[in-house]
Parts: sequence; structure tokens; C-alpha cells
Amino acid sequence: MTFLHRHRWATPYLLLLPGMAFLAVFFLVPTYYLANTSLQSGDLFSGYVFSWAWENYTDAVTRYQAQFLRSLQYAGLATLLAFLISYPLVYWIAFRGGRWKNLLLLFIIAPFFVTYLIRTLAWQTLLGDEGFVVQTLQTLHLLAEDGRLLATSTAVVAGITYNFLPFMALPIYVSLEQIDQRLIEAAEDLYASRVMAFLRVTFPLSLPGVFAGTLLTFIPAAGDFINAQLLGTPHQSMIGNVIQSKFKVIADYPEAAALSFVLMSAILVVVLVYARVLGSERLTG
Amino acid sequence: MTDTRLNDPITRRLFLKRAAVGAGALSLPSLIAACGGGGGGISAQTGAGGASTEVKQQLADTLVFANWPAYIDKKGSSRPTLEKFTAETGVNVKYIQEVNDNEEWFGKYQAQLSQGQDVDRDIVVLTDWMAARMIRLGYVQKKDKSAIPNEANLVEALQNPAWDPNRDYSLPWQSGLTGIGYNPKFTGGPVTSVEQLLTDSKLKGKVTCLTEMPDTMGLVMQAQGADPTKVEPAAFDSAIDMLQQAVDSGQIRRFTGNDYLQDFPAGSTWAAMTWSGDVAQLQSDTPGLEWVIPDDGGMIWTDNMLIPTGGDVFTASTYMNFVYDPKVAAEIEAWVNYICPVEGAKEELAKIDPSLAKNPQIFPDEETLAQVKLFDAEAADNTDLKEKFQAVIGV
Repeated sequence: MTFLHRHRWATPYLLLLPGMAFLAVFFLVPTYYLANTSLQSGDLFSGYVFSWAWENYTDAVTRYQAQFLRSLQYAGLATLLAFLISYPLVYWIAFRGGRWKNLLLLFIIAPFFVTYLIRTLAWQTLLGDEGFVVQTLQTLHLLAEDGRLLATSTAVVAGITYNFLPFMALPIYVSLEQIDQRLIEAAEDLYASRVMAFLRVTFPLSLPGVFAGTLLTFIPAAGDFINAQLLGTPHQSMIGNVIQSKFKVIADYPEAAALSFVLMSAILVVVLVYARVLGSERLTG
Repeated sequence: MTDTRLNDPITRRLFLKRAAVGAGALSLPSLIAACGGGGGGISAQTGAGGASTEVKQQLADTLVFANWPAYIDKKGSSRPTLEKFTAETGVNVKYIQEVNDNEEWFGKYQAQLSQGQDVDRDIVVLTDWMAARMIRLGYVQKKDKSAIPNEANLVEALQNPAWDPNRDYSLPWQSGLTGIGYNPKFTGGPVTSVEQLLTDSKLKGKVTCLTEMPDTMGLVMQAQGADPTKVEPAAFDSAIDMLQQAVDSGQIRRFTGNDYLQDFPAGSTWAAMTWSGDVAQLQSDTPGLEWVIPDDGGMIWTDNMLIPTGGDVFTASTYMNFVYDPKVAAEIEAWVNYICPVEGAKEELAKIDPSLAKNPQIFPDEETLAQVKLFDAEAADNTDLKEKFQAVIGV
């Protein structure tokens, strides 16, 4: 105690310590080893040795462009869809949910008590070619007679959207929940139509939630491989599938590490551009 | 087939598939672990190989046995043969069902094994080519043959694999076959050749092949008249071309582990490369499903018991001897329904369940065995070949 009294300046640093230690152990050190591995060369049997092997990076970028682009596309599309689906949903829960709010929120989260993998496997059965969904769509002529849902890009994007929806919905809910109702009332008192009040007051105030939700959805979605593996075909494989194959099947650890770094950088760039456009400083205050 | 089989919805390969996917999620931490040695890479380590003279012939208190899920006899919550082993030897068995996928298991322990560290496993069961890799890297120890007189019961066909010619390190646990499963309700007739599977336009978009390279490539190579037991690069490339065409034309819908177990009943798959051990499960979910060894030949694979670095050689060898007693082997077989590598188990199984002993998927006859081949273990672990195959499956 006396130490803290005498050295008041140290308090904030001491408070930061656990977080910093966590970052160091679980982020900085692994990142260092990942970077080290990404510059190694060799093979499984003779061993991998550090050798500034930059060709791992050039190889990663030139050979797997298609999968990189596809990952960003699918993740972007899934993020947009998750936003369009979850915004009206949580808007309704936040403003009209009343005493059912918590129960309704539970409904959004409930499916996610089941393992990610099992949920996605269930989709294989649900969207099966002879299954109820496909048959119904065919009867309604929304899907060609020989058409299918499974093993298409649609299935993969839909799977990602579904699997990451709560990460979009919950942050938006929180920011909508916190909006001071009187602000909206004030807008209406000043003769703003309901649409205008939404566009000028509610939506801008919910942007921090949208921003957080977008990041929480887009970042893991870009690295996802399970949906592409279970709901897609070889033509839908994403960069996550390539990294998994390089690491696990081919045991080319350096190339897998290089691909991971490129993916990390690509995501970072996309996120920075997004933050710039949306003006994150305004959002985070 | 058997009650035990039908009542157990989780087959070994199903676990394999699910975990294979889950394992990917572990990739990053494992990757970090894999280079935990400070980037020094893997140093070939000879383990205690060849040290059979130094083995102390004294049983340990506990045997740690790492195996695949649903791969040993079970009665309620107990495992009768393991209990019998404990009763006979006084050695407790810690049975861990942790091998869901060869590559995943390897990735998990590679960092420790490469440093010559004990992984606290006395026996692990791995498929041929991974067993070959473990031996090649020096991650395993020689068996104490003097403690395994029952090894004489090993079926002849499995006695001399190229990667362990005298079975100094390994001993088969179970084998299985790879062939074609099809649903006649949709195909309208039999699908008996790989060529038909990959080119018949009636099946377009309703065909799946396996992500396991030796299985898929072994079947395609045989369809082209090539020999998968000794892989020639040109023959491999030509098989890759055939497969690539089938992917490009949309004939092949996708590559699977045993998630074909979902795809068949859902009507998404009409014909596919599948494993013999899943036939019972497939037939119960998809009535009428047929399973055949392709006209040009099927594949056979074996999972092998190995003693990793640090494992207790004498105790492990004693257990291997125990399961090579035909009576014990028959008891295990009555439950797992794969192909039994122990001579004499068939006669013993006939006493427990005569119909099982007649099942050609458990005790294949000469004719069946003549139709199946073992994939070249070295080629199965060759980086170039694996990369070519991975490129076809889209990664």
C-alpha cells in the first residue's frame, strides 16, 4: 500500500500489467515464432531451418490469389448479409422487446450452444438435394429441377452468415439499447419524421455497435474454412482451407505460416480502410 | 450386420472426419508449438530404437494406450478385453481415444517427439503411411519380440510391409477396405467401376471422392491400369489429370472424409468412394445401399500399434502379445467389425457369433484380398504428390 502511495504514477502501469502480460505471452511470442517459421526452409524429414526464405511469401501470394480473393469476397458478403439480417431484428428487440428482451436475445444465442461443427454438419442434411428445403424451392420454381443448394457458393456464404450472426447482432443490440429514448423523442418533437429520426439520430448512435459487429464478423469469417469444406466444392475453397492443408496435410509449416501472415496483413488493410471510411475516431470518441 | 454396430452411431471414421475439421481450429496453436524449439526445426532423433537388449523385462503399473474412437470392444461403460488384461497382468490400462486423424495426432506431438521427449503414451495406433513416417523420423521404439510369441498369429499378407520389413516396430491393429458405395434408388443400376464413377453423366454432381490421398489416388490409378503399390510419377500424374477433369466438369461434387454418412441419406450423394467399416452404418441410414470393390481393384489399409519414444517397451509388447491371442482378437472383432489381422480369430469368432465369422468385410476371402492393394507408403507421404492431390481438391 505504502508503495502505491509513494509512487502514484505507477498505478496505471500496474493496472495495465496483466493485460500486457497476456498480450506478450499469447500474441507477441506466438507472432514471433510464426514470423520465424514463415522464413524457414527445408522439409519435414531433414528439418526446417531459418534462412530468410522470402520465397515462402511470394509463393503464397502468387499461387493462392484466387483463394485469398474468394475469402475476402465471401467474408465481405457474409458480413453485409449478417448486418442486413441482424439490424432490424435487434432493433425490434431493443425498442419493442419489452420484458421479453432477454428471452428474445437468448433465442439468438441458443443455437450457438451447439458446437460450430455440428451446426454446419446439420446444414448438410438440411440443404440436402432430396431434402425439404430444396424440394420446396423446386416446387415453387425458385430453383431449377436439377438445381441444388449444397455444394455451391450460396451455401458457403449462407453458412458463414449463419455461423457468425450473433457476433454482429449482439454489439448492435448493446449500442441500440443504450440510446437515450429522449433523443429520439426530441427529434420527433422537432418535426422529424420517424424515418428521419432513425436516419439522423438512431442509426448514427448505433454505429459503434455496427463497427464492432462488422469487425467481429469479418475477421474470423475471412479465415474460416469449415463452411467451405463442408458446404462447398473444390471451386469454393478459401484461404483457411489452404492454410489447413499446408500445415496439417503437407506439413509445410513455413508456407502455412507465410500464408497466415499474408492473411493477417490483408485483413488489417481491409479493416484500416473500413475504419478510415467510417471514421473510427468519431465512433470510439 | 451386428447389433453392437448398428446401435453405435459413432464410427471411427465419423470421428475421424469431425475431428479432422476440428483439428484445423487447433492449427495455429499447434503451429506455434511446432516451432517452440526456437526455429531450430526438427532434429532427427533416434529414440531408443534398436535397444531391445536393454529392455528391462518388468511390467509397469499402467499402460497408456492411445487409440481411435469406437475401435475396441465395449460393454456398457467397461471394456472387457482391457479388464481381462488387467486381471491377467496386474497392469492398469489408461485407454485414451485421442487419435481422430493421423495428421492431427502427429501435429499435436511432433514438437515433443522431435526433441526426444516422452509423450506419455506406451502404444499409439496409426495408419500405414504415418507409421512409416514415425519410424523414419525415429519417433518410435522397437518392440520386445521376445515378449510377443503370439506375433506368429499375424496374417501372412501383413508380415512384411516395405516400411517395416520385419515388423520390428509395428504390429497391425485392424485393417479396412476402400471401395464404391452407391444408392441404386437414384443411380438406377450398379456403379462398379471408378471410370463410371468419374465419367458417367447420369451421376454428374452426385459423386464424392475421399480427401485421403492414398484411397482416392489408389482407386483412380487402378482404374487406369497403374500399380498403386509402387507409384510411378507419370502414372500418378495421369491419374491426377483424370481426377481434375472430373472436378472441372462438375462430375465430382466434393471430397469428403466420412461425411458421406450425411450425404447419402440426404440424397446429395448417389455414388461415392467409401470405407468398408462404414457399410453397416450406411446401409441402416440408406436402405438398399450397395458396396462393392471396383472392377479394377480396391484399396486396403492397416492401422498399426507403435511404441512412441518414452513408452514402456516391455509393457506395450506384453499387451500386443495379449491382443494377438485369437480368443481376445475375436472378442475385439465381434465389436469393431473391421478386418482382423490375427490368424485363428475367425474360428474363435465363429464360437461367439457364426454369422460375423462369415462376413467377408471382416474376414475377406482369398478372392477379395486378391482384388485389393496397399498404397505405396512412401508415395503416400511424398510432399510433391500430396501437393498435386491437394491442388485438385482446391487447396
